[in-house]
Amino acid sequence: MALSEDAAALRLKDDDDVAVALRALAPGETVRFADGVIVAHTAIPGGHKLALRAIPPGGLIRKYGQVIGRAIAPIAAGEHVHVHNVEGTRGRGDLAPASAARA
Amino acid sequence: MTTFQGYRRRNGSVGVRNHVLVLPSVMCANHVVDRIGRALPDVVTVNHPTGCAQIGADFEQTKRTMAGFAANPNVAGVLVVGLGCETNESKALAAEIAARGQRVEVLGIQETGGTSATIERGIALARELLADAARWERTTCSVSELIVGTECGGSDGFSGITANPALGYASDRIVAEGGTVLLAELPELVGAEHLLAARASEPVAAKLYELIERVEERARAMHVDIRYGNPTQGNIAGGLTTLEEKSLGAAYKGGSTMLREVIEYAQRPSERGLVVMDTPGQDIEQLTGMVAGGAQVVVFTTGRGTPTGSPIAPVIKVATNTPMFARMRENMDVDAGAILEGTRTLEQVGDEIFDWIVAAANGREPAAEALGFRDFAINRIGPSF
Repeated sequence: MALSEDAAALRLKDDDDVAVALRALAPGETVRFADGVIVAHTAIPGGHKLALRAIPPGGLIRKYGQVIGRAIAPIAAGEHVHVHNVEGTRGRGDLAPASAARA
Repeated sequence: MTTFQGYRRRNGSVGVRNHVLVLPSVMCANHVVDRIGRALPDVVTVNHPTGCAQIGADFEQTKRTMAGFAANPNVAGVLVVGLGCETNESKALAAEIAARGQRVEVLGIQETGGTSATIERGIALARELLADAARWERTTCSVSELIVGTECGGSDGFSGITANPALGYASDRIVAEGGTVLLAELPELVGAEHLLAARASEPVAAKLYELIERVEERARAMHVDIRYGNPTQGNIAGGLTTLEEKSLGAAYKGGSTMLREVIEYAQRPSERGLVVMDTPGQDIEQLTGMVAGGAQVVVFTTGRGTPTGSPIAPVIKVATNTPMFARMRENMDVDAGAILEGTRTLEQVGDEIFDWIVAAANGREPAAEALGFRDFAINRIGPSF
């Protein structure tokens, strides 16, 4: 677990692709971890995630050291990571073959 | 060993409250139950839309939930009110409750001669139950005799960082004292099941995987992404993006001990320690299922601010963030946001939650109980016919 310099963001596991904003981050705000610096591209509300590195479409996204979803658009470092650019990989009944639809 | 003053019931289980419950066996008895409750404010009443034209596993689950709820040791006596022609026959339900060692009376509206006669007879019976309940006294009991339900509702991006890990710390303390902790809401373990399975024996892990597959199979059968309903709009506004992200945060509530058993909705655990119960993520159905499984105390973490409370069990509210704790002060008991503010450690908040569990067992009323919540809903697993 790594906390940024002024406790603005928290990276839960070292190899995570995202950090959690612990308060609202302004566009252009710099988040300094001991091992690197990230600039927030857009406003990030508290409790939301920002990308710590670039993630290509289809790339898996890790938080808590675990997979939390897959990118559906290119994500740049510092970008807000949320439902507009990430989909779940589990509970995806919508991806079941049409013949599986019964209800 | 941590102790508290509780009610040791005839069947050996231990209650932390001493309620008289008036329970309709079918929705057709809701009005009569309400009227008995209005006449006698000291009884606890519930309403529900179930109990008739149900079949198979769905009916069995409804009946098991009502019987388990009525037999919860927080209840000293029960009056079941039925209509007379319902699927969930009131005398059979009362027999089921009695078989679990609970004091029970039963009335049928058709047999008693209509609404007013049943209200009158019901008030008389409930008065007798209240008089009987008043004879129970608190005695020294052990935390090892507690079943603590854990729940999260209205989660946000802080849930998995503050309130849920702090509750997990308290859960580990309960288990270390020989007590039992229920982790539930199966859809909110999808994506975190492998972490729990790694702490379970092979048959327990297999059962967990089977239940998780059942959740995803339901989504496939309906041809929908669970994300349309879970995470909810409020969860998403709070920063949670996917179901598996929500699950990974939710699983912290259970702590870090071995997973001992996986049980069905409203089933009573047969093992002590950490137990997973198959409930939906829907807050009230989950709460009802855990209390019907014997939970005497529930700890509920929330980021958005969920006020819910059980009619018969204290529900302790833990806020994931300080702004919401301040905004909804009357509904909250513990501020886990203090971990983010840097004013308290995760372990300190975990100890505060543990102390609250013991205090609630001793009779202290958390916010939801003091506010008089009586939320009750049974999880349906089949249609009405």
